[in-house]
Amino acid sequence: MTTAPVTMESQAALARRKVPWTVRRRRLLLSVADHSVAIAVALMFLLPFVFIVLTSLMTARQSLSPDIWPNPIRWRNYVDVFLTAPLLRWTANTMVYCGLATLGLLLSSIPVAYALSRLRWRGRQVAFLIVLATMMLPQQVTVVPLYVMWSKLGLVGTLWPVILVTWFGDAFSIFLLRQFFLTIPQEYIDAARVDGCGEFRILTTVVLRLAKPAIAAVALFSVLYCFNDYFLPLLYVGQGDVNTWPVSIGLSQFRNLHQVQWNLTMAATLLVMLPVIVIFFLAQKVFVEGITLTGVKG
Amino acid sequence: MSATPATRTTFVGALPAADRRRAKARAAWRRRGVVAAFLSPWLVGVTVFFGYPLVMSVYLSFTHFDNLSAPRWIGLANYRYMFHDPMIGVAVRNSLWLMAFAVPLYVLSAFGIAVLVARVKTGSGFFRTVFYLPALAPPVAATLGFVYILNPANGPINVILAHLGIQGPLWFQSPEWSKPSLVLLGIWGIGNLFIIFLAAVLDVPKHLYESAELDGTNALQRLRYVTLPTISPVILFSIVISIIAAMQYFTQAYVAANIASGQASQAGDITVNLGFPQGSTLFYPILLYNDGFRAFAMGYASAMAVLLFIAAFAVTAIILVNSRRWVHYGGAVR
Repeated sequence: MTTAPVTMESQAALARRKVPWTVRRRRLLLSVADHSVAIAVALMFLLPFVFIVLTSLMTARQSLSPDIWPNPIRWRNYVDVFLTAPLLRWTANTMVYCGLATLGLLLSSIPVAYALSRLRWRGRQVAFLIVLATMMLPQQVTVVPLYVMWSKLGLVGTLWPVILVTWFGDAFSIFLLRQFFLTIPQEYIDAARVDGCGEFRILTTVVLRLAKPAIAAVALFSVLYCFNDYFLPLLYVGQGDVNTWPVSIGLSQFRNLHQVQWNLTMAATLLVMLPVIVIFFLAQKVFVEGITLTGVKG
Repeated sequence: MSATPATRTTFVGALPAADRRRAKARAAWRRRGVVAAFLSPWLVGVTVFFGYPLVMSVYLSFTHFDNLSAPRWIGLANYRYMFHDPMIGVAVRNSLWLMAFAVPLYVLSAFGIAVLVARVKTGSGFFRTVFYLPALAPPVAATLGFVYILNPANGPINVILAHLGIQGPLWFQSPEWSKPSLVLLGIWGIGNLFIIFLAAVLDVPKHLYESAELDGTNALQRLRYVTLPTISPVILFSIVISIIAAMQYFTQAYVAANIASGQASQAGDITVNLGFPQGSTLFYPILLYNDGFRAFAMGYASAMAVLLFIAAFAVTAIILVNSRRWVHYGGAVR
């Protein structure tokens, strides 16, 4: 926190002026109030996680009772989940989807973002506006003709429609990368040009090396997006074979498959939340930087 | 085309005029080639996945089309039918409800929590994590969790409310409470907006607060006259993305209706629990999905898509034009 020294300094300065006792008491009370409210709200935000964990350890009968605490604790639910539904198969499908989509997205979006930020050409502003427009456009606007197109290509019933689209540049990623590329000092790029680098070399050596955090953020967002994506996968594989489903579709149909009980459903829910939460704790910095990049510099 | 430093430094002065011109032209073409090469995947993408479907949607909206036989031109019939379709009125009203009530609530709660966390001196890292984390919960998983937690019979929330002597509502099972339940779910997942607001609030220059304090303002006045104007671009940004998100709102409502209705339905027959209960969670995209891809009235769905496009365009434009009056851009941005 860069603000800490400033406030401490000003507090020290105030202390020298002998803050009246009443003011100090007021400050303390305010701080206590702030913390209590924050803790109360934080507990409310944590509560759903707690209930999901507790329910996932109950017996089927208990999950329908008013009990809140599991008794006995049934760890076996986490084995049973895998026996009731092809969760591993769904996970594999999701991983293929996330992996291929993210790879294609990076390969196609990085050069576009570079051209939009560091190359000068007529129509650059227009192209950037089009990127923004496609980012804002609701998916449902284009979905009918796209569905028809993919069905003519015989790809409905597979995840290829959702994967292939990302190989041709993703608007949000282009936007985010462009914002970051703009912050790279021109001197680095000029120096590379003077050294006789072509634009491609500049991109692969100078820009990519400097933009690692932004690329990491874009990759992370893409993986998360694919992991959570629901509307388009539902459209393309939702009616098809259970074995083609990604995790998101599978989980939403989990209860319907065999009239599964809530305890197992919550165990599956938690299992689906877990990878995302683990990724978050491993890559917290990347996340927060990436999100701020979308909001503040936009 | 302005020359890049690279071309300016290559022998330009040393060559005779004609060669110089030719070299320049060649360099310009090379640059154009580079730009085209860098843009090529995206150019294809924009054409095939945006341009073409947009035009096609407009065309299909004037036809009867079921993806089996060729589209048949029926003029404005699809648009005329909208006035007689009882479902679309419900869907539009529900979606407008989201924009009118849910979006302001999301923005307010994200802002409120951000201000709270910015005020808290100890454990701010912990609070940041707690408020951000739910945003990561996959929407389907979060929805399942909430449908269980808020289940009216023996769900934990109603059990706790009962202990406090309060008769809990029917949540996802009642037409009055289903949308507020979805809003609760949305507020729980407010993390992204929260982080954006937090960064903005922490970015407000300290000296502004200090001079306001010297002027004898109280905390509320400082929030109103210092914080709000300074972060107004971020407020605008969050309103725009929330509105766009509200227009596309699908997953949570669709899954909640599906699970809460408790029908043993495959992904196929959502018609049974469309907008359960009583159409209260039937949002515009859900109806579009149902009409276009379950009933295969693809011409009609295209007409709905065109309407959605116009609405999205209009709403964004209205907000952006209006924003000039209340958004304050600080020195550097302008």
